[in-house]
Amino acid sequence: MISKFQIASKNLLRKKTRTGLTLVGIILSSWVLVSLLGFNRGYEKALNRDIDNMGYQIMVMAKGCPYEAATMMLQGGAGLRYIEEDVVKTIKARPEVDKVTPILMQAFFDPNKGDGGGIAGYFGVDLATFPAMKPFLRFHKGGWFADANAAEAVMGYEAAELEQREVGDLILVPEKNVQLKVVGILQRTGTQDDGTIFVPLRTLQKISGLDKITTIGIKAKKDADLTGLEASLYQLPDMQVVSFSQVKQTIMKLIATARVMVLSIAVIALLIAMVGVVNTVLMSVLERKHEIGILKTMGAMPGDIFRLVWTETLILCASGGILGIGLALVFARLSDLLVRRALPYAPGGELVAIDPRLSLLTLLTIVAVGLLSGMYPAWKAGRIRPLDSIRSDA
Amino acid sequence: MSASNSIALEARDLTRIYGRGSEEVRALDGVSLQIRKGEFVSFMGPSGSGKTTLVNLLGCLENPTSGELDLAGRRIFGNGEVVGERDLTRIRREIFGYIFQNFYLIPTLTVRENVALPLAFYRKPGVEGEVEALLKQLGLEHRMNHLPGQISGGEMQRVAIARALVNRPEILLADEPTGNLDTTRTGEIGEILQQLNRSTGLTILMVTHNPDLGRLGGRHIEMRDGRACEA
Ligand SMILES: Nc1ncnc2c1ncn2[C@@H]1O[C@H](COP(=O)(O)OP(=O)(O)OP(=O)(O)O)[C@@H](O)[C@H]1O
Ligand SMILES: [Mg+2]
Repeated sequence: MISKFQIASKNLLRKKTRTGLTLVGIILSSWVLVSLLGFNRGYEKALNRDIDNMGYQIMVMAKGCPYEAATMMLQGGAGLRYIEEDVVKTIKARPEVDKVTPILMQAFFDPNKGDGGGIAGYFGVDLATFPAMKPFLRFHKGGWFADANAAEAVMGYEAAELEQREVGDLILVPEKNVQLKVVGILQRTGTQDDGTIFVPLRTLQKISGLDKITTIGIKAKKDADLTGLEASLYQLPDMQVVSFSQVKQTIMKLIATARVMVLSIAVIALLIAMVGVVNTVLMSVLERKHEIGILKTMGAMPGDIFRLVWTETLILCASGGILGIGLALVFARLSDLLVRRALPYAPGGELVAIDPRLSLLTLLTIVAVGLLSGMYPAWKAGRIRPLDSIRSDA
Repeated sequence: MSASNSIALEARDLTRIYGRGSEEVRALDGVSLQIRKGEFVSFMGPSGSGKTTLVNLLGCLENPTSGELDLAGRRIFGNGEVVGERDLTRIRREIFGYIFQNFYLIPTLTVRENVALPLAFYRKPGVEGEVEALLKQLGLEHRMNHLPGQISGGEMQRVAIARALVNRPEILLADEPTGNLDTTRTGEIGEILQQLNRSTGLTILMVTHNPDLGRLGGRHIEMRDGRACEA
């Protein structure tokens, strides 16, 4: 015939504007909530991925601020000091070490890059060890260099895209006027590798007029004692050790405050929306005092009325929550963009990660909080006595 | 035994005192009466004489201050304890249907849904098809998919009557059912009530200010200052 659910939902349609506005409040707050939760999760995941995709857990470089160095490395920075190449052998000899690769980072000013020029990041890498350390690098086109001294380059996806390079093209190293032949273009990784140009280590050393390196990437053996290894690496003279778990911790600490604030905002938004729900439902209960009284003359128990009004809250919160989460999913990339702008360091890839589990969790939270706030109006409605409805307008 | 079976309700010394600030209002002052099944009783009397108070007590909408009430031989009030809202609801939905001066239809539900509304909360066994039957009986079939805002006042009260009857109550309580209607509609509703009383043996207790309507009942009770006297 007619169910309580129908009665409740039709009642919500009575005051469309009021219901609509309340709904908008819930939609917005669930959108914010799920996006922020998604960010909390996605950022850490993206950061982890960035760090895993470095291929090495520990980096050794000449003394300097390690965090700055790490950030520079992640962003393809410049101005680093140099290390003698034999250090590689010393490190390789340690029992915990699985793989070691020497890297020379160079940054050249390219006047043709962007508006008013920009820094082009070049990585001199060792053909024998670097690809092995990053087996997950896939080629979009071409492959690694022919030999360790080739005048060749492998370009990150974005670097190639930016300069419109194809395999076979010749590129000119800025400042040095040396030509290199593009032999490979990497697939997009979502990391800083995308913007880097890789050159054989010897070739880059020759171009730069150096016989040193800037960095050593170290991959420890499985189950090796990382802390012990780090400690022993610290014994090397004038060397800075950067462990990526440390870097990650530092970055996470930096954004922790931001995350707490952002979550507080989400919680406040949710609370405001819920106050709206209480207000709307309470108003509609008071307006319907007569009708509710009449329902009681028809045999509705206080519990029936409670559930009826509670159902209204449920409908509001569930539909608002679903719509809000839906919007958050649709506009996840937009949120990503906004978040990326606001952050000092943003890893590549998806920052706002909203998966079905998180969506469900958010929805359940909203419905639970909604049901909680719906209790008062529902209880109030349940207590209306039939006589109130007949007497109060006599 | 058979005599008590035909008694729909019996009130003894029903009294209801309302506190209004520090003074007390004796809205009902020791009313005793017996109503048989199938009777059509009209209550008349000046404003404030206690008509509504009386039918509300008889209809178990509230507890009396003192006195006793039996429904179909069963003691409801007068056990020395106040009957709780849940128990009153149980009694009401078994025995009574109510209509009032205001129709209190749910504006978002159609005529048909309004009539079926009580069934969402309580359904007496054997009332299947009652909605359709009542819509037909009360001449509302062609209106059943209309919303209350789209029908006339007389039709609205007919919907309210159908809604009150959908769970087949034994007693219909009508407190000024035509208070909001013009003469023509009043006659219409009167006829319907009389017809229901005659054809189904429905017991009707009706409060009215309208003498023509009051005359329809087989029995008249005149209220004055909280007391009842048989006319
Ligand atoms: N809830 C209440 N609180 C205080 N006084 C009340 C209350 N309900 C009724 N009364 C008083 O009790 C008396 C009887 O009221 P009642 O409504 O029963 O009269 P009535 O005969 O139905 O009048 P009317 O014809 O105007 O409907 C009146 O004096 C009224 O003011
Ligand atoms: Mg009255």
